[in-house]
Amino acid sequence: MADTINYAELKKGGFMKQKQKGFGSLRLAVVGGNLTASQIKTVSEVAEKYGKGYVHMTSRQGIEIPFINVNQLAEVKAALAAGGVKTGVCGPRVRTVTACQGSEICPSGCIDTYTLAKELDERYFGRELPHKFKFGVTGCQNNCLKAEENDVGIKGGMEIAYKESACIGCGVCIKACRTDALSIADGKIVLDESKCNNCARCVKSCPTDAWEGTPGYIVSFGGTFGNFVYKGEELVPIIKDKETLFRVTDAAIEYFEENAKPSERFRKTLERLGDEGLKKKVRAAYAGQ
Amino acid sequence: MAEIDIKYDDFVDITDKVCPLTFVKAKVAIDELEDGEVLAVKMNDGEPVQNVPRSFKEDGHQILKLYDNEDGTYTLLVRKVEE
Repeated sequence: MADTINYAELKKGGFMKQKQKGFGSLRLAVVGGNLTASQIKTVSEVAEKYGKGYVHMTSRQGIEIPFINVNQLAEVKAALAAGGVKTGVCGPRVRTVTACQGSEICPSGCIDTYTLAKELDERYFGRELPHKFKFGVTGCQNNCLKAEENDVGIKGGMEIAYKESACIGCGVCIKACRTDALSIADGKIVLDESKCNNCARCVKSCPTDAWEGTPGYIVSFGGTFGNFVYKGEELVPIIKDKETLFRVTDAAIEYFEENAKPSERFRKTLERLGDEGLKKKVRAAYAGQ
Repeated sequence: MAEIDIKYDDFVDITDKVCPLTFVKAKVAIDELEDGEVLAVKMNDGEPVQNVPRSFKEDGHQILKLYDNEDGTYTLLVRKVEE
């Protein structure tokens, strides 16, 4: 009955057709790159029993189990669900939200990426749209999670303020800064704000906490890294609260939903229409409208 | 050479090491000091000077000063702080 299989419908449940007739690679739901040890055990058992005893790690922190027989799909999903593992999605909808380990784990992190990835996942995962739509969250300017290659990328940063009274003029921050935004004059540090990229290396390195950092979200829009490559662009200043962040991400996704043609990626919509419309919408959202 | 105007108890040169051995060598040196003693660490420009001071801070030690030796190296003065 292979001719009656609706692969578009199966893709919603993360089942990717294979070259081998009747088999597919089953994509699993992973948020922010984390799975529990018990979930991994379940995945392992399912891959042994129903697949070929191996899994494939995807480029976006997902796991797929290849060689699942389409006739056993329901059984496989039930076995996964019993072990707390959900299936992922493919096709024209919001995909896996990726994240680095963020400030809870990584010394470089400026934001709690995993919590944010879970929140984005709850808010958007699987939402039907004209084309695929990817969110990626990275904790700092090291950009391990490649924020700008996503339709909406979120990167942690800090807005910085100098507390002169605490500064001992040691000069560590000047060397830690990678954008030459800092210099020293009369034993005190001078900041060139036009050069600061909010990386917070000064905050992280200062031995006396003379740099005060307020964490924030640097958001990029319209990135893509497939057939066509484009680096997402920052259209609003660093965002310091989640309420504003979600207002801005809502605005971006709504703009895409309202303006994209079917099967048109976000970047292509922006190239067809120009980015003025999106800029206006996300800047209004940023301003609280 | 910059004039080092802080008294130190030990000196270690990590300009001959590459990451991660730069910090390993510096860490071994500070581990051998007593609480409150000061270590001078000579390091190269670039990654070492961007990261070694911060690594000391993350380990809880107190950075006193960073001297630019004006020859592509820096000397960091750091006071040992026991856990």
